[in-house]
Amino acid sequence: MSREYSSTEMMAIACSRRIKNDDIVFCGTGLPMLAAVTAKMTHTPDCVIFFETGAMDSMLLEIPLTVADPRVMYNSSYIGGLADAFSYMQNRTTGKNVLGILSGAQIDIYGNLNSTKIGDYGTSSIRLPGSGGASDVATFVGRTIIFMKHEARRFVEKLDYLTSPGWLKGGVSRMKEGLPRGGPEYVITTLGVLSFKDKTKRMYLESYYEFTSPDEIQDNTGFSVDVSHAKPENPPTANELETLRERVDPLHLILE
Amino acid sequence: MSATEAVKRYVSKGDCVSLGGFTVNRNPVALVHEVIRQQIDTLHVVMHSGSQVLDLLIGAGLINLVEIAYGANGRFATTCVRFRKAVEEGTITVEDYSNYQITLRFMAGAMGVPYLPTYSGLGSDIVNVWGFDKDLRSSKKSLPDKKLVVDESPFSDASRLVLVPAVKPDVTLLHVHQASEDGIARIHGLSFTDIEQARASKHVVISCEELLPSEQLREEPWLNALPHTIVDAVVHQPHGAHPTACYLHYDYDAKHLDEYRRIAADDIKFRKYLETNIFAVNDFAGYLELISTERLEEIRASPKLGYRQRGD
Repeated sequence: MSREYSSTEMMAIACSRRIKNDDIVFCGTGLPMLAAVTAKMTHTPDCVIFFETGAMDSMLLEIPLTVADPRVMYNSSYIGGLADAFSYMQNRTTGKNVLGILSGAQIDIYGNLNSTKIGDYGTSSIRLPGSGGASDVATFVGRTIIFMKHEARRFVEKLDYLTSPGWLKGGVSRMKEGLPRGGPEYVITTLGVLSFKDKTKRMYLESYYEFTSPDEIQDNTGFSVDVSHAKPENPPTANELETLRERVDPLHLILE
Repeated sequence: MSATEAVKRYVSKGDCVSLGGFTVNRNPVALVHEVIRQQIDTLHVVMHSGSQVLDLLIGAGLINLVEIAYGANGRFATTCVRFRKAVEEGTITVEDYSNYQITLRFMAGAMGVPYLPTYSGLGSDIVNVWGFDKDLRSSKKSLPDKKLVVDESPFSDASRLVLVPAVKPDVTLLHVHQASEDGIARIHGLSFTDIEQARASKHVVISCEELLPSEQLREEPWLNALPHTIVDAVVHQPHGAHPTACYLHYDYDAKHLDEYRRIAADDIKFRKYLETNIFAVNDFAGYLELISTERLEEIRASPKLGYRQRGD
């Protein structure tokens, strides 16, 4: 199907729609920054963008290319360090208001993430960057949204390494393990948006894009996913798309 | 003090080294070039998110142990090229942590306590999977005898916690904005974990953009990041973080970092990069000449924004 926007643009916009005006948004590098800035420039002008490097409420005139990009410092309300940022998220009062936006290389049905390595731990594996702050954020904050490329080899029965905890083994296992709060709310992929069932915490399909279908999504998922409740995700509005392209990432440094 | 002298005096073969900065910001590049020039090897590096200098040291074959949270450089390297190669080829041994855990390790070291607790790590393989075996742990003094330990809080809430072991690096290398010869250091902008790293270490070597009289830095001491008593050596080196950024002074050199990623993927080209940029020059001033004043001008930060406006 021909369309006027890319899958990456749809992902950033689908995520931006799920950000709330009173969220403190923890942003990783790349798509999470696009989503957060788009949200701020459209429907959530008061949300606060926040980085693990210690910058709070930055004015992002240009899109940062890492969380340590000097662009994250401009016009912030506070500049600190990692200790401040992570303590803010672990703190019982402040941490619950933080929305973390993460991504990974592998995900399982309970939203646990791998960003450390593919294959056995050792020389036969493919080395990925590692947790960075992802494992901390996935543990501490009130809710998380995860970006994923939707491929069967990435949506797996069993992770090669559990870097960042989601709902662990489902049900109440996350709470039982002693994690203070939180858990993944949405997984936004190249094909659609998934969420987690209230009781079992198993992933199900919430919506699919106008260029995908529930069947295509199941075919690209390495485990059985409930698609029976799926609805179409509204395509980007003209305003969302124009904001993302012209104001958020005009040089297409992340959109490509 | 010259970088040559400072590194000779405070960095030794087999040391546990901590490197300041974060991904492409404020890396102690000038000091690390000097470590490479002096071929100080079998290093053990502890680091949160790094970085250009970590990748250089690994590529130069000077590191054999890494405790790390994140081996990438944002959009410039989704995984640092020489780091990935070295792990996959087994030339370095790695143990994984998270950024907060590494921060806590430095904080514990700085506080002089054996560990600090956190919830981070519960339910993850970061706690379950260890990269170093028992023999290695007992043979290397800078390594903790255990990686992470899960225990219950002894207070009434009885929550489960991950105990993160302290680290006491032999030496921390930092690049900062301003310093005085007696060792006062001032950072403008994000401090990352530079301060905790320095306070945890037995020795601290810093390079700085501006060398100022101690009296001047004492006029507003609340703006200083480190007291003179814990800094061993100060090296005056403008552009000492190139090709990484130094807020308000210069942006990261995106062209250089993109080129570097391609060069690092090829063993011969990488060797040549080290040869040209480090071994064939006497000091960092020689490297900066190769970079050229034109390029340095292109990345000069806008004083208002603190970075270089793109397309400017």
